[in-house]
Amino acid sequence: MNAPNDPNSVKKMVYVQAPQEIAWRVFTEKMGAWWPLAFYKIGKAPAVDAVIEPHPGGRWYERGNDGSTCDWGTVLAWEPYSRLLLSWDVSADWQYDPLLKTEIEVRFIADGEDATRVELEHRKLDRYGARRDEMRRIYETEGDWGRLLAAFAQLAATVKQ
Amino acid sequence: MATLTQIERALDALGDPTRREVFKRLRKGNRSVREVADGMNVSRPAVSQHLSVLKAAGLIAVRSEGTRRLYEVDPHGIEVLRSWLDGFWNETLLAFKQEAEKEAMKGRNLR
Repeated sequence: MNAPNDPNSVKKMVYVQAPQEIAWRVFTEKMGAWWPLAFYKIGKAPAVDAVIEPHPGGRWYERGNDGSTCDWGTVLAWEPYSRLLLSWDVSADWQYDPLLKTEIEVRFIADGEDATRVELEHRKLDRYGARRDEMRRIYETEGDWGRLLAAFAQLAATVKQ
Repeated sequence: MATLTQIERALDALGDPTRREVFKRLRKGNRSVREVADGMNVSRPAVSQHLSVLKAAGLIAVRSEGTRRLYEVDPHGIEVLRSWLDGFWNETLLAFKQEAEKEAMKGRNLR
């Protein structure tokens, strides 16, 4: 599938001291409890929750404190409690772009009864490149990497601490 | 593959609001120093200085067109993006791990 150093994919692994089912449920049902909504959200309203609808074709979105919702992507595969495939349609400008379709695959691998290895791959990142020219045109008038840059700056502050 | 130093340099470079403004202007297309400086409350030499920091950070590139030197966003910016996503997922997955373990602890206490 992908070579280990595929430049178009980012791979992560986290070891969780929790049973597979709980890891799955926290990831999919309680995303709003752990996703850093203060930094990583796209709507104008302060985000209060992140929701994944529990079926293939379901929406993945944030909910603002005013009840508004902003799409992040869709559920491409829903296989409790072992595999989740999402499309992530948030552009480098931190805007929703339904044509972007980078993919996030999350695997939950039980390690005994009380632990789970969670593997995440964010792939097809080249689509950011493929959409770049178009994105540039779209944002020509309101060219704004502001959100991404603000996030960069946040991260920079964290890195320095 | 970007090294940690390169990433830090990119982060540092974008930490400055004037430099972010310079970078933003280049997103709209290639620009000379003068074109970037136009309409900004910053002197041309200062803009030159900001451009060279951005260039050293690998965020922009420069090319010559006749006698003009034009600056542009580095098309290999995907590497910067990738580095950023790497940090993004580190942070996000750590938060997930903590929440899942908290939840598992509740379950164990009920047993």
